Amino acid sequence: MKQDSWFRRWFPAHSPDVADVSDTIRAWTTTHTFHHSQFSDLSRLVQAKRQQDVTISLCLPTLNEERTIGKEIVLLKAELMDRNPLLDEIAVLDSGSSDRTREIAASFGANVHLASEILPEEGIKRGKGENLWKALYQMKGDIIIYIDADITNIRPHFAYGLVGPLLEDPNLKYVKAFYERPLTLASGTRVSGGGRVTEILVRPLFSLFFPELTAFVQPLSGEYAARREALERIPFPIGYGVETAHLLDIYNLWGLNAFAQVDLDQRIHRNQSTHALGKMSFGILQTFFSRLKEFKDCSGFPEWAEVLRQHQCQDNNYEQIEILITEDERPPIRNLESYRRKFGQA
Amino acid sequence: METLAQILEHFPAWLKAALDARSLFMSDLVMLGEIPSPTYGEAPRIEFILNRFFEAGLDRCSTDTKGNGIGFLPGTHGRQTILVAAHADTLVTDCKDQSIEIRENRMIGPFVGDNCIALAALTHLPTLLQNLQVRLKSNVILLASTRALGRGNLEGIRHFLTHGNIRCDSGLCLESVQLGRMNYACMGMMRAEIHCQLPDPYNWAQFGATGTIIPVADVVMRISRIPLPKRPLTTIIMGRLNGGIAHNNIAREVTLGFEIRSESGDILRELKERIEDIAEETSAQSGTRITLDILSQRDPGGLDIGHPLVKKGRSVLSALGIPPLLYPTTSQLSALRDAGIPGLTIGITTGERRNDLDEIDESVAIEPMTTGLTQLVGILAAMDEGVTA
Repeated sequence: MKQDSWFRRWFPAHSPDVADVSDTIRAWTTTHTFHHSQFSDLSRLVQAKRQQDVTISLCLPTLNEERTIGKEIVLLKAELMDRNPLLDEIAVLDSGSSDRTREIAASFGANVHLASEILPEEGIKRGKGENLWKALYQMKGDIIIYIDADITNIRPHFAYGLVGPLLEDPNLKYVKAFYERPLTLASGTRVSGGGRVTEILVRPLFSLFFPELTAFVQPLSGEYAARREALERIPFPIGYGVETAHLLDIYNLWGLNAFAQVDLDQRIHRNQSTHALGKMSFGILQTFFSRLKEFKDCSGFPEWAEVLRQHQCQDNNYEQIEILITEDERPPIRNLESYRRKFGQA
Repeated sequence: METLAQILEHFPAWLKAALDARSLFMSDLVMLGEIPSPTYGEAPRIEFILNRFFEAGLDRCSTDTKGNGIGFLPGTHGRQTILVAAHADTLVTDCKDQSIEIRENRMIGPFVGDNCIALAALTHLPTLLQNLQVRLKSNVILLASTRALGRGNLEGIRHFLTHGNIRCDSGLCLESVQLGRMNYACMGMMRAEIHCQLPDPYNWAQFGATGTIIPVADVVMRISRIPLPKRPLTTIIMGRLNGGIAHNNIAREVTLGFEIRSESGDILRELKERIEDIAEETSAQSGTRITLDILSQRDPGGLDIGHPLVKKGRSVLSALGIPPLLYPTTSQLSALRDAGIPGLTIGITTGERRNDLDEIDESVAIEPMTTGLTQLVGILAAMDEGVTA
């Protein structure tokens, strides 16, 4: 059977060597997991930045974030540009907010761009990943920090904690945030982890197919920093799958040791409904399976549908909602001639 | 420094410089404002403030035995010393969410108006003076004082003034709001609680047993019938009433919190005696135990409106187009007055308490902050020449 070819390849009779994977994860966690406080000496980071001769851009992707965007810009600009010259630019990449997000961001000193006005010849797509991809063209930094704009307890360590490992280890390409630490309780150690989608979907998938990536405490966290040289070589899903794709693509190119993760303590943000998480999961699955097909040579992998079906009921009426979710992707940005021209690449 | 007229000429440039550095000021405001700091629990916030003092290069950054945060900015001559003080504590101890929002024109959150902006002005002042290239002849002591509110009763600043090893020649007390206030005199004030408790044993089975609420209501009624003079101005504020657990249970204990304010110390003492009598009499009549607990007490006094320091302050406000709000205060100024130090209390911006959300959620305007900071530097520069002429 056609199905057997890919199915047997990825569900082999013999498991991969569990001990090897565990050793790898244990070693990586020891050497590549940090706490933001390890980078709180900002003068040291500024010096490291000069030594690496790099510029750093902070990108805040937005869609209707007027309640939180002002505080993020004020704190990060004051502490990491005005007081300590760590960041070279702060820009808001907006998806077309209908509230006053853009006006507020501009009034507090951020560069504000409408994603639809960047690379117009490439067309307009809607999604956070689209903004992140276009930020690569719009912003000039050698290192890009992405921070979600809905954080109510923003602190400077959200940015310097992410960029710190990249400045202190030139071999790292990508640093991911996580927020909770395992708490030692009287009864033992409480399992620390990500949100619902991470624990129910992504971690089981990684455990099955890419077990080393389970080393990330929160693979879907929206805050990360990466070198341009890495980001420009990978495609960007425009929607829910962008974080998953980053991990899989960079892992495929450079392996686990290209990554680090940083504990940023607490992050307070909006909670999402289960239906919204269902949509997110659907998009992530598309991204994941497309990588699985490509990286593991699953030529016989079946096609999948792009309609998510959810239910709602009112009184005694049961209704199925059909939501079309196409996890469209942008190509590696260095494939664009306009990008190569702008950044002086042959 | 320069004459007052020369100082006023700098204001357009100072306003622009204050606006340019606004992010630093607001960042300090958010970060220190989100650190819980109830009276007697100010240490984490004071630590943040001291770090800022260190970063700004102040001398002798330290805390004293009351936990006050102190920074010293030496003057070029150092013959005089000006104290700039803001209280670091907040009234409420169990605020669950102390996050501050920055909107387009306003900042919203618990205690932003009491007293986060004033504290941010304190931490921002050394940077601002440096940016404005203002070098004062006088030493400046920056004091983030502890234990000011409630039972604290200005314990922090009083301790500093009586135990500090530098004599302050003049003082400026900072409050977040309202911009334009120019408090040169102190109201007499007595803040107290009346506790009403059921005695042991209490006959719970007796039909018609009223518990503690009715006696306290009686006390409230009798206090409200006391005639209060308009000259000297005297008021009684009934601020809090706590007690009981459910509709159908007799309340075992009720606490009434109130404050008397008067321009006359004699009237203050007379009112205290009358309220003691009311409490005692009601206690006897109701068979409950009623006690009067004085939390804090301050005598009236202060500068005359014609004092040179008040005149200088008013000139600065006038040059900035701010109508002065001249009224007596119950703030930290009374500690300066008690120590014989001429001083003023000023506000940094405009704001209000947001009753639609929560009694501790406050909203302050962003735009006037630069004017408020310029006012602060202007008054300091004016005080630099001395406050007696």
